[in-house]
Amino acid sequence: MMITALTVLLCCQLAGEVVARLFRLPVPGPVLGMLFLFTLLLARTRVVEVVRDPAHVLLRHFSLLFVPAGVGLMRHGARLRAQALPIALAIVVSTAATVAVTALVFQLVARFRGKEGG
Amino acid sequence: MGPVARIWVYLHASPLLWLAATLLAYQLGTWLFQRARQRPLANPVPIAVAILILVLWATGTPYESYFEGAQFVHFLLGPATVALAVPLYQNRVQVRQALTPMLAALAAGSATAIVSAVVVARVFGATAETLSSLAPKSASTPIAMGISEQIGGLPSLTAAFVIATGIVGSTIVTPLLDWLRIRDWRGRGFSAGVAAHGLGAARAFQLNELAGTFAGIGLALNGVATAILAPLLIGWLR
Repeated sequence: MMITALTVLLCCQLAGEVVARLFRLPVPGPVLGMLFLFTLLLARTRVVEVVRDPAHVLLRHFSLLFVPAGVGLMRHGARLRAQALPIALAIVVSTAATVAVTALVFQLVARFRGKEGG
Repeated sequence: MGPVARIWVYLHASPLLWLAATLLAYQLGTWLFQRARQRPLANPVPIAVAILILVLWATGTPYESYFEGAQFVHFLLGPATVALAVPLYQNRVQVRQALTPMLAALAAGSATAIVSAVVVARVFGATAETLSSLAPKSASTPIAMGISEQIGGLPSLTAAFVIATGIVGSTIVTPLLDWLRIRDWRGRGFSAGVAAHGLGAARAFQLNELAGTFAGIGLALNGVATAILAPLLIGWLR
């Protein structure tokens, strides 16, 4: 079960990488792979029984997978220190603004559509 | 050579040590996160990252040696991103109903991410190279690095900004949205994915599955939106 699911996930990712490079798409392979798996699930409903549990295990521990890349911050210590203030402010202010604007626009449009009865 | 030194030499050459250390540091981060009663500011990822950087620095280990072990964890990012299709499929009815609010929020959020980062950094005196490297920071790493190269930034610096954005975003998203009184899990998750890519989605999955689903869509759509908007906007922002 676990191995079948891993095979499905890796083959979708592989297809995604190949298509992204073949057509020089600005989308990463795994994101295309997500689209392929979604299409596969729509076409073959029973595949969901195979991938459901392993997919949930991976996603429950999704944040662990970012730790190695996070440790990579140590390689940029000197540059980050030299422009620490503009970089830190830009990242904190911009990330907060993005979260707020995205969520507020989503809520506004969702409510407006709700009143329309759509 | 003493026994301790011999063991150290063996462990240094094997991926085992840093793979185990990565999992241990994350367990410790999770434990602290739970001890802090899951308070949003105690996020397991920055705790684990800080512990590991301190250990590597104290033992004089270069990042490349660390990554030989940690790459096995890093590799799973690909299949995990593909796995986002499963909750997407399971919640497809709710996703279809929310298409209009998602696209409106995406356009506003993606532009905000690029413009606000570049403007703030410029006002506080960052160099042109840093500005270009910052512009795609909310997209996921491979997209952001490609855009950065295209608009005159440094791809490896962009990778560092992307991770920093993910850590900041996944840490502030809960208190910020509570403060704004946004309770809809769809909008909460979507904004986490648009602003803080996979780390935002990872955070959303810890809290609520529907939020995680929408965060996955948010990160995929914002990758594409940033690839279109960043080259257009950077010209008149720099």
